[in-house]
Amino acid sequence: MSTQLFVGLDMGASRTKVAVLDGAGRLVGHAVKKSGIDFSVTAAACLDASLEMAGASRADIVRAVATGYGRANVAFVTSESKTEIGCLAKGCHHYFPEAITIIDIGGQDNKIIKLDAPGRRSSFKMNRKCAAGTGAFLEEMAGRLDISLEEMNDMARQSTEMIKLGSYCTVFSATEVLESIRNGKKVADIVKGLFYSVIKRVLEMDSITDRVVMTGGVVAHNPYIVEMTGEMIGRPVLVPELPQLAGAVGAALYALYGKDEG
Amino acid sequence: MRKKIQATDLMNRIMADYFYGLNEAATSGRQKVAWCTSVGPAELLRAMGFAVQFPENHAAILGATRMATDLIPVANAIGYSPDICSYLTSDIGAYLKGITPLSRAYPGIESVPRPDVLVFNTNQCRDVQDWFAWYARKLGVPCIGISSPKSIGEVTDAHIDDVAGQIKALIPTLEMISGSRLDLDRLRETVALSRECTELWRQVLETATASPAPLTFFDGTIHMGPAVVLRGTPEAVDYYKVLLSELEQRVAAGDGAVADEAVRIYWEGMPVWGRLRQHSELFAGIRTAVIASTYCSSWIFPAFDPREPIRSMAKAYLELFIVRSDPYKERYIKGMLAKFNIDGIIYHDAKTCPCNSNSRYGLPQRLEAETGIPSLVISGDLNDLRCVSDEQTRTNVEAFIEQLEEGK
Repeated sequence: MSTQLFVGLDMGASRTKVAVLDGAGRLVGHAVKKSGIDFSVTAAACLDASLEMAGASRADIVRAVATGYGRANVAFVTSESKTEIGCLAKGCHHYFPEAITIIDIGGQDNKIIKLDAPGRRSSFKMNRKCAAGTGAFLEEMAGRLDISLEEMNDMARQSTEMIKLGSYCTVFSATEVLESIRNGKKVADIVKGLFYSVIKRVLEMDSITDRVVMTGGVVAHNPYIVEMTGEMIGRPVLVPELPQLAGAVGAALYALYGKDEG
Repeated sequence: MRKKIQATDLMNRIMADYFYGLNEAATSGRQKVAWCTSVGPAELLRAMGFAVQFPENHAAILGATRMATDLIPVANAIGYSPDICSYLTSDIGAYLKGITPLSRAYPGIESVPRPDVLVFNTNQCRDVQDWFAWYARKLGVPCIGISSPKSIGEVTDAHIDDVAGQIKALIPTLEMISGSRLDLDRLRETVALSRECTELWRQVLETATASPAPLTFFDGTIHMGPAVVLRGTPEAVDYYKVLLSELEQRVAAGDGAVADEAVRIYWEGMPVWGRLRQHSELFAGIRTAVIASTYCSSWIFPAFDPREPIRSMAKAYLELFIVRSDPYKERYIKGMLAKFNIDGIIYHDAKTCPCNSNSRYGLPQRLEAETGIPSLVISGDLNDLRCVSDEQTRTNVEAFIEQLEEGK
């Protein structure tokens, strides 16, 4: 007997995420891959990996919704799309059905989305055309420090004397980092300073309400950023189980419940 | 598929006549040429027999033809920062490169008409004065103008006395350059024509109070051409009678610019000239009509009064949105939201145009709190496409319209 599945494809500028829900809204399959240069190929690989996890095939897909920068590149699955802002809102409200401020830190951009208790968006902000506070900023800086992205989280935790960066320009920040290296500062202290800079850039985008949810790839791979954010705003931050998949889950929820429900 | 506004052909002919007329004036020397800022004392210049060129119009054409982004760096390289007015930098860049889109559009025109005098009004911003000052130095031409008060709440007699005095002070220099005395009756006629033109333009824009609206902001940015460059002439008046009649017929027939109009947007700020078509299609594709704007409405001047030509000119130039205080701007936009039955506001934060970017001092937040009408700020620029991210714009706009539709 075949399963009825609902798929969300989040084609991000940096990573592609797929979430597969069953008819009861349970997450039964998911995958994340680097988006690369051929969005369609990546989407197909990601979709098939998610379906394999769910023990299903493409024939089981009832409906699919795409989101993210590459949402127009998945015509082989679906022509339906929603913006990532709508999908993040839907996905986060699914996990936290209350009035929340969502902070999403992605590879290419940041978003702050405010929802009321029933999950309606009251406002959203995206970062300006600038890499400050995004995953791209951390990627650039990891290169400068000759460390891998994966190492950053543990390194930041080891910091004893954080370096504060003053600029919001990535190029100027890189100069500040180089100055710190020249002055013999510890890499761990610089990395924590980079995390601090990311959080500051995001928090200056908009005011935040009481309950804060964080999502996105940077959050998924750097849980220490969530802890630091909690310290900076003076209260704990909520995180869904798979923060990088929040948008894909939201898209799948749109597929499951239709445009105006759920 | 959008139905073309039939009056467009007539407008194109009128604009062509205007540019050929200017070219004839400059090349034959039969008529003196004045360059004027967009809300400078054009009525005075016309009444004194000058052919009037508007560099802001030329810069907008540089933007719309997407020539600007290659020309701005030329001005940047001689010391004009990429952070200042991209009208200024693209226009000066075009001059330095010796090119103009007018040559492409109007065969036989080789260059922008050389000015005999440059006349500014800083009611728009200080950049217009710096812009004209560059040409004054380059061409050895007199540069005169009006230094306008800024951030005006109520326009008072003191403000009007000040600007009227400055307008009067221009007259001796202009008489010397034109070689003839100011004829006050001719000035009254010109002011009367300006008044009539802007009154018709108001009626044109207000046809968009109908739902579906017969024209969009993007149409408005094109059809305002005669109101900008031919204010004070019978040609502009005649044109808007034709356009108004067509739009009124469209309203009567229920013929919308966006046929399936579901969302109505107010645009605050400059257009992105190099993206007019894309933005028009982006909104139309999501059943959204951008139907009213501060920008297009800035060429409505109810103050013009032929009985008091100079004082009324001063009042008109002072009542302009851009020189007003934030409390005035908030009241004005609030009135527009109600008049046009608006669902949401989009603020264009133009990187190089702070005076036309009203999202930088908390105005959107105050207005949203007061009216409950949601708003979105998009980053971009009027002419410098290096400051524009199409994907960011698209995502922001689509998410905003989703938000408005889900909130309905």
